[in-house]
Amino acid sequence: MTNAGLLALLSHWRHNPMQLFTLVVALSLATALWSGVQAVNTEARASYDAAAETLGEGMFAQIIASTGTIPQEDFIALRRAGWLVSPVVEGRLDGIRLIGIDALTSPGGLAPVGLSDGKLTIEMITRGILFATQETLERLGEVDVRKFPSSDVAPAVILTDVGTAQILLGLDGQISRLIVAPQQPIIQPPLEVIAPNFELIPPQSGSDMGRLTDSFHLNLTAFGLLSFIVGIFIVHGAIGLAFEQRRPAIRTLRALGFPLVHLIALIVFELVGISVLAGMIGVGLGYFMAAALLPDVAATISGLYGQSISGTLHFRPEWWVSGLLIAVGGTALAAAASLWRLACMPLLASARPHAWAMQARRSRLIQTVFAMFLLVAASLLGWLGSGLVAGFAMLAALLIGAALALPVILDGLLAAGERHAKSIMEEWFWADTRQQLPGLSLALMALLIAMATNVGVSTMVSSFRLTFTGFLDQRLASEFYVYADDAQQAASLRAYLELRVDKVLPIQSANQDIRGLPSDIYGPVAHATYRDNWLFLDAVPDAWALIEAGQAAAINEQLARRAGIVIGDEITIAGQPFKVVGIYGDYGNPIGQVIITEAKFAALFPDISPLRFGVRIDPSRVTALSLDLGADFGLTEVNMINQAGIKAFSLAVFDRTFTVTGALNILTLAVAGFAILMSLLTLANMRIPQLAPVWAQGITRARLGRLEIVRAVLLALLTTALALPLGLSLAWTLLAVVNVEAFGWRLPMFLFPLDYARLAAFAVAAAAIAALWPATKLARTRPVDLLKVFANER
Amino acid sequence: MLLSVSDLHKSYAGPDGHLPVLRGIKMLLARGETLALTGESGSGKSTLLHIIGGLDQPDSGIVAVDGVDIGAMDDAGRAGMRRDKVGVVFQQFNLIPSLTVESNIGFQARLSGRLDQNWIKELADRLGLSAQLGKHPEQLSGGQQQRVAIARTLAAKPALILADEPTGNLDEETADKVMELMMTLAIETDSALLLVTHSHRLAGRMGRRLHLRAGQIERAEE
Repeated sequence: MTNAGLLALLSHWRHNPMQLFTLVVALSLATALWSGVQAVNTEARASYDAAAETLGEGMFAQIIASTGTIPQEDFIALRRAGWLVSPVVEGRLDGIRLIGIDALTSPGGLAPVGLSDGKLTIEMITRGILFATQETLERLGEVDVRKFPSSDVAPAVILTDVGTAQILLGLDGQISRLIVAPQQPIIQPPLEVIAPNFELIPPQSGSDMGRLTDSFHLNLTAFGLLSFIVGIFIVHGAIGLAFEQRRPAIRTLRALGFPLVHLIALIVFELVGISVLAGMIGVGLGYFMAAALLPDVAATISGLYGQSISGTLHFRPEWWVSGLLIAVGGTALAAAASLWRLACMPLLASARPHAWAMQARRSRLIQTVFAMFLLVAASLLGWLGSGLVAGFAMLAALLIGAALALPVILDGLLAAGERHAKSIMEEWFWADTRQQLPGLSLALMALLIAMATNVGVSTMVSSFRLTFTGFLDQRLASEFYVYADDAQQAASLRAYLELRVDKVLPIQSANQDIRGLPSDIYGPVAHATYRDNWLFLDAVPDAWALIEAGQAAAINEQLARRAGIVIGDEITIAGQPFKVVGIYGDYGNPIGQVIITEAKFAALFPDISPLRFGVRIDPSRVTALSLDLGADFGLTEVNMINQAGIKAFSLAVFDRTFTVTGALNILTLAVAGFAILMSLLTLANMRIPQLAPVWAQGITRARLGRLEIVRAVLLALLTTALALPLGLSLAWTLLAVVNVEAFGWRLPMFLFPLDYARLAAFAVAAAAIAALWPATKLARTRPVDLLKVFANER
Repeated sequence: MLLSVSDLHKSYAGPDGHLPVLRGIKMLLARGETLALTGESGSGKSTLLHIIGGLDQPDSGIVAVDGVDIGAMDDAGRAGMRRDKVGVVFQQFNLIPSLTVESNIGFQARLSGRLDQNWIKELADRLGLSAQLGKHPEQLSGGQQQRVAIARTLAAKPALILADEPTGNLDEETADKVMELMMTLAIETDSALLLVTHSHRLAGRMGRRLHLRAGQIERAEE
């Protein structure tokens, strides 16, 4: 009996191979987008975990000094006083993060490379060896220390012992920070007694970097989920149609004595089989997608947050399993309503398939009410909610609510068109389009979500880019930048340049922690370049004059937000207090930044001399100057960069960081295009009885075909028009809610009509291309097939 | 002569080769005339009707409507002929589901530029459809839908009305009423009526009768 029933059910797919194709492809694409994003996330998170293990960041309490570094004798004093602390020395070597740890005193779990794995022993780590991945070691220049490749170390990090790190970083006798072991003696003197300048930072559940990267991955996950939802819309449509078309077969099976429960079990079995097959294809596709995207994700993470992740993909069973589960789960979700209807279908229910396109008024009403509920919920979340989760919940409610409202709105617009029709063909066109709406609404919903996401994300990215460009214009005000190889050359260069250019602006910085947050201290010379170009978000009057007087400082927005510093507060730099008189925008910089005057900088950091110089010069003389510098100092292009070059480089890095989002946007739109194609193809077969009478009364097949394309284009245009305000709401949420929560600053929102017009053209073209095949098919329908509609059964 | 058919042949490809459906049909029909086409299933009645209506094409022979050979027309020409000169009433009604009854009735008339609102109103009245004008076809009974299909054809005042078992889905009493009305209206509009039917009773009410057998005219009755 089971075999007979299964054969009867499966025969449907044999007769409707296109439907099976739609189902499998839609589910595969949905799973591919989801699992691809998950693969990228899993890989990136694995890299963060390695980094966290390497750095011990957030896991343990730490001691830092307000002066910047901790003298080694203070470390010894703390140990003698009973404090179980372990030293960490860190800095940058050839631009790569170098970390020196003391393997003997470091708390368990801090060791990055598994000290018990045999390859790496305590003895090895205390003998002056640099451990890093092969990729990182290849980037490192010549150093007189043995290198040891290890895949256990986080990407772009070199690990060594404290002594070697101190030598390589020139921090003799200095320690960057102390890791505090979780188990401490019950009796120990308070920290402020032994070292009053030290600060104890409690362990954190997640570092700033963790929060930032989490938000990035939340973004990616949201996109993956969105794409998955678009795919599930199509799956839902395909399954719904298959169920409707199989009603006669199902009724016959039941009439012949096939138990309903048995029948439902068979259908579930059939759907699980299809979803597992599609899931496997999808996970495979997702793997290739992730492999293609991962290098750009690495660039994004690095560009946005300064964290390094591996650029290569590894096989990880967890996302294969999650991909298959989500395919099965998505199918279950998409099929639930159809299965429920089947379970409730009376045996004597009409075997004639309900017109799939005809939705009952009741379900339309429920859909409208649910859409209204979601849209109201989105408004309330936007008004009252706070936090990243509320932001994303608002996005979800807004998108799904708008998608559910779409058919209702489109129906209203088409009805208005019908009312204003002048000719009978116009009237028929509007009325017929309304009739097609239920059959196309799932595909149009998918298009709406894809378009809105596209508008929203491109608005966010372009607003970001515009702000960033303006920011670069401020920051890279000098026409030309020169880099010296050493202090001696820097001094000669400075003297040489001062005779030839309008102004030489030395660029010098030091690393310091401000209120426990790592920051760069800059000491620019007093000059109009800064006064004219550095615009403050908030400042006291005459802020530059106060900074130049040496008692005040300006800080970036990130430091102000994270440390809760406001204008008028005092900060301590290298033991000296400074009043904060200005806060400036510093987009894209993950860490804090402080500006003090050059004289103060020289007094606080006498060992640091500038190796970089900004040069104010007539732009037409830049080329000649660079040739002179090449001839007189032997400087190469590496040492000389003109402003335009830096800007182009910065923008190139910035643009690359959003490649992933762009790729996902295009993929999502492509899935929506596929949905339209499949819906139109499905409808094309059901359209013959609707179109044959019109043809019989004197409208050519070619004209009917053309009208099919016009219809698809019209619906795509209307959907695009509705997607625009939705996408802008999405952009506002991303900029005003999600961005503030994730990055710590709010970006202004700009509008980009040309971009939207291009997107609309793309969507319309996709719809027209999708309609081309079904329309051509219709235009070429043989009269004999149209006549079958009129054939009498006698 | 409104309709002239001569030496008409038509065959369809089947699993056993070409199957002849019409074999040398000849017939004439003038304005104001009524003609019944009878015959068993598969005798070629509907195929002949479709060819005359420009819905299908013959293999050979000539079909001229108002003196114009429709076999020489292209797709657009045949569509124009259907729009302007012919009205077809199908057994399955074939109304346009997305339009209201009123729009369905006026559809062909508006397409051919012969819309006459008063005539449509009169037709609706006489066919008992006045109360249904704002409804959609799915909201009507089978008999009502058939009357809408007839009204649609008559509203356009075509020269030639082709009716393919127009009362096949109706009970005898309703069928009689509908046929009576259709004949009356056809005469009033000076149209020619060609009726395909199984029913000898209905055929008997037409001015002339042609009986088809195996694609040929077996007998003609006046």
